[in-house]
Amino acid sequence: MTEVPDVLTELWVYLTASKVLYLLLTLVAFMLAQWINRRAGGTPFLHPVLVAIALLVSYLLLTDTSYSVYFEGAQFIHFLLGPAIVALAVPLYDHRERIKREFIPLMLACLAGIMTAVLSTMALVKLLGGREDTLMSLAPKSVTSPIAMGIAEQIGGYPALAAGIVLITGAIGCVLGPPIFRLLRIKDHAVQGFAMGLAAHGFGTAQSFTMSNLAGAFAGLAMGVTGLLSAFLIPLLVRLF
Amino acid sequence: MILQGFAVLLIFQLLGELLVRVSSLPVPGPVLGMALLLVFLLFPKGVAAPLRETSEGLLRYLPLLFVPAGVGLINHGVLLKQDLLVIVVTLVISTALTLAVTVLVLQWLKKLLGAKDD
Repeated sequence: MTEVPDVLTELWVYLTASKVLYLLLTLVAFMLAQWINRRAGGTPFLHPVLVAIALLVSYLLLTDTSYSVYFEGAQFIHFLLGPAIVALAVPLYDHRERIKREFIPLMLACLAGIMTAVLSTMALVKLLGGREDTLMSLAPKSVTSPIAMGIAEQIGGYPALAAGIVLITGAIGCVLGPPIFRLLRIKDHAVQGFAMGLAAHGFGTAQSFTMSNLAGAFAGLAMGVTGLLSAFLIPLLVRLF
Repeated sequence: MILQGFAVLLIFQLLGELLVRVSSLPVPGPVLGMALLLVFLLFPKGVAAPLRETSEGLLRYLPLLFVPAGVGLINHGVLLKQDLLVIVVTLVISTALTLAVTVLVLQWLKKLLGAKDD
């Protein structure tokens, strides 16, 4: 019975070339990650997005599958990010009165947040002896990845590295946010959401939506405004160094 | 119902992408699409039921939508390794500072300018 392994090999080859497999694996990995997170009492260290990414990266490394083959299937999920970002207009609309009322504090806090993010990053990289191109790839770390890649390219960093840095920053923000808010005794979901969207872009926004619609709306607002302002501010700020 | 809402989102994404093309603003199309949709919603009609249903459905799964891009970290391994310690220390400290400064400044300004909490 040597045919059986042959048939299995053939099936395996067929399966690993199938887009449906990677679409399915992404969904299964995420559901598994949600389950693990719930079992762990919802700790941000086992954030579902991080666990799902870790599971999928392990799978790709173990099976020696390239990211481009994986993305052939996963792109159908990735594609929905565009309409989802447009959809942020709905919670923003729902909380328009409060945004209008707090417009000036929100915009000033946004400026303060961006300055802190960029200047502290640049100072730390210099202090720790990082290289120039690392510095320029780290500067837009809090900005949503499509904008961050554009900024990195403009100031002399690597767009691909910047995109990776943005993802890691998002994950770090999700882990650090809740304990920092507890420590500073910040209970207002709008304030928490705004800081999460500013420091951790889409990751922070996604996490905020799991907290409340209000937190999500303010995170989405912060992510959008931070992206817009950073595109103009970061090229100016990096000249200071 | 859901299809109508999805069509509206795609229309605004497309409008945003077209606007980026003609204006060469350094912003992704969907972000401008979000701004355009918000302006559109502010006209008296409000949010139609299908748009709300689709939007809230999509936003509920927002974390999942970041997974495919996140797996892309696999390609940055070599670049990340070169300055790994510097990168990790910088990201953790700077992100903590950014979160703290943002919440503190926002709370302080709200008190200063007398915005009411609700």
